[in-house]
Amino acid sequence: MNLNMTLVGELIAFIVFVIFCMKYVWPPIIGAIEARQAVIADGLAASDRAAKDLELAQEKATAQLKDAKAQAAGIVEAAKKREAQIVEEAAVKAQAEKEKILASGHAEIDTERNQAKEELRQQVAILAVAGAEKILERSIDAAVHSDILDKLVAEL
Amino acid sequence: MSAAEITSQEYIKHHLTNLSVGEGFMTIHLDTLGWSVFLGLVFIMLFRSVAKKASTGVPGKLQCAVEMVVEFVDDSVKSTFHGNNPVIAPLALTIFVWVLLMNAMDWVPVDLIPRIFELFGVHYMKAVPTTDPNMTFALALGVFALIIYYSIKVKGIGGFIKELTTQPFGHWSLYPVNFILEMVTLLARPLSLALRLFGNLYAGELIFLLIATIGLFQLPVHFLWAAFHLLVIPLQAFIFMMLTILYLSLAHEDH
Repeated sequence: MNLNMTLVGELIAFIVFVIFCMKYVWPPIIGAIEARQAVIADGLAASDRAAKDLELAQEKATAQLKDAKAQAAGIVEAAKKREAQIVEEAAVKAQAEKEKILASGHAEIDTERNQAKEELRQQVAILAVAGAEKILERSIDAAVHSDILDKLVAEL
Repeated sequence: MSAAEITSQEYIKHHLTNLSVGEGFMTIHLDTLGWSVFLGLVFIMLFRSVAKKASTGVPGKLQCAVEMVVEFVDDSVKSTFHGNNPVIAPLALTIFVWVLLMNAMDWVPVDLIPRIFELFGVHYMKAVPTTDPNMTFALALGVFALIIYYSIKVKGIGGFIKELTTQPFGHWSLYPVNFILEMVTLLARPLSLALRLFGNLYAGELIFLLIATIGLFQLPVHFLWAAFHLLVIPLQAFIFMMLTILYLSLAHEDH
């Protein structure tokens, strides 16, 4: 062991290196490390938040889809009901129309039949008078015998 | 080696002699000083170049490596030292990397650097600074000065003296005994720091030199011993750093 001035020289070198390291080496490096750690921590937190947001959005979308489906089902249901109702109404209307047409047809037929009957009666009366004239070979005063003729017509 | 010209004893002695100028206490070991300052500059330049470009973005490979070392030291400091002192961490980093680099000179084949210097007419060259007690004692004394400084700064002179005298025995008549015990504890710290590092590296170097004298078989043996130093070299640097942190953290503790 021979301790000598080298020790002093090394001590000075040591002090200089430590001071330099303290002033110019350690602070920037540890600062950069800590700043990066903060940035990474922020990034991780942000990605966590984004994942949570995504989950929420998906849940919302699912709920909305469900709502929309329910609404669509409701609309279809209502439409079906309405359709049935319209068909029903149309059927009722058609029935009524049919009956009305039938009724008016019947009425017309009745009128015409009555008219025809009336005409027939007249003609029969005329025919009967003509026939009786021929049978009796004389003319019968239609005015005198109209009561008989009317009776006859009523009997027809 | 040149066993034909000199004996192995002379060979080892030659390799363990420093290149020095001056006489007596004024001697300066040029090789120790030169290599240690060179390696210290390597550390400072490397880390400074990274510190200048340090960004919070994606780090480059060199920046990653340097940051790994810095974070390792920072974790070591934080796990042991709980106060707030801006000196401890840079001090620990300087000690760790500098001692590691100086120890790593042990891996350079023992004859390589002396032979190169011999070509330029320099006959003595001991390239591992930590095998010189001047180097290890300089480090240890620097740490010791900081221990004393922070002990007095944190506890005051009265508090420091009280710590040295009132324990482990509480009675006033035993205060001199306490003082002797505490002084031994206090002085043992730099002494053990310096001698542990010096002893380990000096012994390692000595074995390297012994291996170099056994002829052709030295190659596998040399390899094994160098591989073993994969453990010794970082471990000694780490121990020196950890004990420095520990001693300074004890200096900050107020009883």
